[in-house]
Amino acid sequence: MTAKTLYEKIWDNHVVYEEPGKPSLLYIDRHLIHEGTSPQAFSGLRAEGRKVRRPDLTFAVMDHSVPTKDRTLPIIDQDAKAQFDALEKNCKESGVRLFDMNSKNQGIVHIIGPELGITQPGQTIVCGDSHTSTHGAFGTLAFGIGTSEVEHVLATQCLVQGESKTLHILVHGKRPRGVTAKDIILAIIGKIGIGGGTGHVAEYGGQAIRELSMDGRMTVCNMTIEGGARAGMVAPDETTFAYLEGRPFVPRGKEFQEAVERWELLTTDDGAKFDMTVELQAENIAPQVTWGTNPGMVTGVTDRVPDPGSFQNPDDQKATERALHYMGLKAGTPIVDIPVDRVFIGSCTNSRLDDLRAAAHLVAGKHVAKNIKQALIVPGSRGIKAAAEKEGLDKIFSEAGFEWRDAGCSMCIGMNADVLPPHERSASTSNRNFEGRQGRDSRTHLVSPVMAAAAAIAGHFVDVREFDVTHVE
Amino acid sequence: MKPFITHTGLVLPFDRVNVDTDQMVPKQFLKALTREGFGRILFYDWRYLAGEKPNPEFILNFPEYKGASILLTRANFGCGSSREHAPWAIGDYGFRAILAPSYADIFYNNCFKNGILPAILKDSDIDELFKRAEADRSYTLAVDLPNQAITDNQGLTFTFEIAPSRKEVLLKGLDDIGTSLQHVGAIDAYERAHAATATMYAPVDVKNYT
Repeated sequence: MTAKTLYEKIWDNHVVYEEPGKPSLLYIDRHLIHEGTSPQAFSGLRAEGRKVRRPDLTFAVMDHSVPTKDRTLPIIDQDAKAQFDALEKNCKESGVRLFDMNSKNQGIVHIIGPELGITQPGQTIVCGDSHTSTHGAFGTLAFGIGTSEVEHVLATQCLVQGESKTLHILVHGKRPRGVTAKDIILAIIGKIGIGGGTGHVAEYGGQAIRELSMDGRMTVCNMTIEGGARAGMVAPDETTFAYLEGRPFVPRGKEFQEAVERWELLTTDDGAKFDMTVELQAENIAPQVTWGTNPGMVTGVTDRVPDPGSFQNPDDQKATERALHYMGLKAGTPIVDIPVDRVFIGSCTNSRLDDLRAAAHLVAGKHVAKNIKQALIVPGSRGIKAAAEKEGLDKIFSEAGFEWRDAGCSMCIGMNADVLPPHERSASTSNRNFEGRQGRDSRTHLVSPVMAAAAAIAGHFVDVREFDVTHVE
Repeated sequence: MKPFITHTGLVLPFDRVNVDTDQMVPKQFLKALTREGFGRILFYDWRYLAGEKPNPEFILNFPEYKGASILLTRANFGCGSSREHAPWAIGDYGFRAILAPSYADIFYNNCFKNGILPAILKDSDIDELFKRAEADRSYTLAVDLPNQAITDNQGLTFTFEIAPSRKEVLLKGLDDIGTSLQHVGAIDAYERAHAATATMYAPVDVKNYT
């Protein structure tokens, strides 16, 4: 038998129909939908007189535009309200389970899937959102799709897919203190570039990946798309099974044990071939800070803003020049000299309990700097919010001068009221620093939760390794 | 879907790498309920100044490019968010074909659902097309999908790559869902065969869990 990669195993398990020279029809085990990219899919179905084939495998949540302040107040944004109403109506008519904004389980779609155990190893999962790659942390094949594909999955519970190439990303060695999953993935993107993984599905391995918690693995897989690969995966292991056991949508007792036996087979066989391999040494990774307008424009915190002339490729030179102009930065400026206006700890990348614990530990007994206009903590889900409050993290943050908010996508995408104003600079734990991402003309620096917390206290970027980071996961 | 067979049109040379879909359709326009009317807001933050005044320095606002229908651009076009609003905006603006050395995967897929041809050309060919389009602002190209060829009126011909199945979708304007539903028997069979692992699909005590 030929040795197979994890990706190839999951792929083979899900082929419904294939013929030579054509993309396959692939079965989808879990379809996650949200208010932003689903209304046109439901209208499309309706126009053709089609029905949702498997409402029981479809899960809906409101996350992109939800307010993170008081939800008992009426929604002011009428366009957002129309989307919420449409999602509610579409779910009701088709029998799809909806976690609406008042559900105690509401949260960012990629946070609640794993948190509720909807996400399980070996599945195929799609969602009309590019950060669906997050779920790959459980050894699932998970990727983002467009609205037409959402409609296709609603109608058929399948997707037309061509096979991807495979990319093995190995992070050897032990992660230094103060270096987090976020720094690992930013360093990987810095190395391969934002188009480096295009056409590939990535599988992560190596000691530094194996030693990550599920929260950390989700951070890594989440930003896989920022390196161009649609999906990233980590083979499930004891860490995965321990995380899943007892979650609401996970089988119990004997059925759980049987499931674990199946999940244990989900590894890449010895001798299986990848189309491309990238290797990093964890010891060489420093806390990362992006300086430009895409996640590949990143460097270590002890470095300086690069000179456009230092790049060989003329396209890169032009892009760097443009990025520095947009970001209001001068080449050669030490990263630690860049002041910050607002801090955002949240998003599907970094808003899980591990992230909040590490940030809270760092800010406990300290206070955000005077020049910081706003420091937001937005838990990824109401479940995480409740768990954090039980541990008293909300009090630590509030006493340190942070605002403690309700769950949602918030300032990562700025579709609700949480927007970064023009020309202001953020230290943000989100995933994209594209022009205008957090608000028109806003300037985003992507960092880990502890780096964001440290920047809030110092008022500018600092090397978190100078803080007490014993608690950093 | 409108089929794509051949198309001749004015080329707009858009010389940027890594153009992400956030730039094509910024977040505030993701709250729509329909697929229509996105052409007006394509590249909104680049294209308009305060008060929606056209930015005269942005290439889409140059009068000589009015009516351009072929977008010539650089590597990794359409990276970032999966929002299909991006190809909706590109199509609604009037672009029928994009010429670039590479595209982000999700954006590339989304183009085929909307009758837009994202042609992949060699880097050196893209460089040559930029040279010609920037020298002559009325530069037009003819795109021939059956022959996978691009020609100008000075005798230049380049070929481009496209998978045969993708080509067929555009040539015939196929509706993917309709095609897939022809295999409904195979879908039923797959679901029956996998009923053994039903616990993976039907959790026990979460009936009314919302």
